[in-house]
Amino acid sequence: MSGVRLLVGTRKGAFILTADGARREWEVNGPLFGGWEMYHLNASPAAPDRIWASQTSGWFGQVVQRSDDGGRTWEPVGNDFAYEGEAGEHLWYDGTPRPWEFKRIWHFEPSPDDPDTVYAGAEDAALFQTTDGGKTWSELPALRTHESGPGWQPGAGGLCLHTIILDPANKGRIYVAISAAGAFRTDDGGKSWLPINRGLRSQGLPDEDAEVGHCVHRITRHPSRPDVLFMQKHWDVMRSDDAGGTWREISGNLPTDFGFPIAVHAHEPETIYVVPITSDSEHYPPEGKLRVYRSTVGGDEWEPLTNGLPQANCYVNILRDSMAVDTLDPCGIYFGTTGGQVYGSADGGDTWTAIVRDLPPVLSVEVQVLP
Amino acid sequence: MIRVVLPAHLKNLARVGSEVQLDVAKPITQRGVLDALEAQYPMLRGTIRDQRTGKRRAFIRFYACEEDLSNEEPDSPLPDEVVVGKEPFLVVGAMAGG
Repeated sequence: MSGVRLLVGTRKGAFILTADGARREWEVNGPLFGGWEMYHLNASPAAPDRIWASQTSGWFGQVVQRSDDGGRTWEPVGNDFAYEGEAGEHLWYDGTPRPWEFKRIWHFEPSPDDPDTVYAGAEDAALFQTTDGGKTWSELPALRTHESGPGWQPGAGGLCLHTIILDPANKGRIYVAISAAGAFRTDDGGKSWLPINRGLRSQGLPDEDAEVGHCVHRITRHPSRPDVLFMQKHWDVMRSDDAGGTWREISGNLPTDFGFPIAVHAHEPETIYVVPITSDSEHYPPEGKLRVYRSTVGGDEWEPLTNGLPQANCYVNILRDSMAVDTLDPCGIYFGTTGGQVYGSADGGDTWTAIVRDLPPVLSVEVQVLP
Repeated sequence: MIRVVLPAHLKNLARVGSEVQLDVAKPITQRGVLDALEAQYPMLRGTIRDQRTGKRRAFIRFYACEEDLSNEEPDSPLPDEVVVGKEPFLVVGAMAGG
């Protein structure tokens, strides 16, 4: 029977949760790198036992850990993330220019076919790449030096590049999202970038439909439909059917369309999941009820999924990188909370159980299906 | 030998015990000690000082002989007690919550 491995990054260490394909009994391993902020762990699709971990600290900076045995042992690899050329300036919260300064890696996106190639999304926003298994990292500078770059302003969490989507069928195409600059696409492997924010409207901007400046929280898509993107924006759940060329709102009957993560079912490309959060000033579920909302028709019409989730006195948040789906059938869905719970559903969201309840605040969740 | 004591997180990262002993070329300075430390334990690069500028990270302090040497020039000689190995050079994570 196949197995499942969850890679959980938290505010105070990493945890690896494993189960067989039934996904009923879970083993919890950790904390790994106890006391460090583990922003993201992600495994190579081409070599599933190779796992990358972003280990950060306000005291000691950025460390990158790599495991080649499924997380049993780890080795630190290169951690020199230098902006290419003159770093330049972006806007600070108060509207004054601020030099670009590397702070941490938010997200690793390993290549689908080369275990030594990984993309890394940084704060302050930039896209880095290794092609030598993490020994060295180099920036793809055309994104940061995009003509709009000097006007990018950080979101509350920092000026972070948090979403990277590779297109296995089109090697040159990469999508990224930056808070709070918006979404960008390259079709030439990072040599040039196009803002893809047409159709987004953000009331926090003086020009609500500006080309850049939107606080995109997360983008996802189904591998079989490379041009169909789903986005959870600061407010608004959005959809694009033309590779980000235009977006339309699909919030429909959601109780609130503020939130962070968004995920798509592994086998049903029109089934998507969000976790509505009360508002930008109240980062917890409305009415104290933790509800995942599912649309089986690509948006607009949503149903609450509550079976097994707390329906009273729940005031946690679910961060943008904290939801993942596995590829088993039925599809498994997992998410972690700032209250330290990791919830899982082995039936597409119909029923949920807490795999573990008392971890540090969860920053990220990824899932692997193992042979 | 120069004795260096690291904060707990960096001991774990470098997989060392309570104290590190280093051969450092004279004159013994903060820069020379950190160069030798990072040469022997490359995983510490960037965790104590910036890899490009050499600037001390904001929440790192350097102490020795009950003195705060954090803001001394990197090429200033370290105290004789450190040079002869009587006292350790302390790399400290500054006190802050979290």
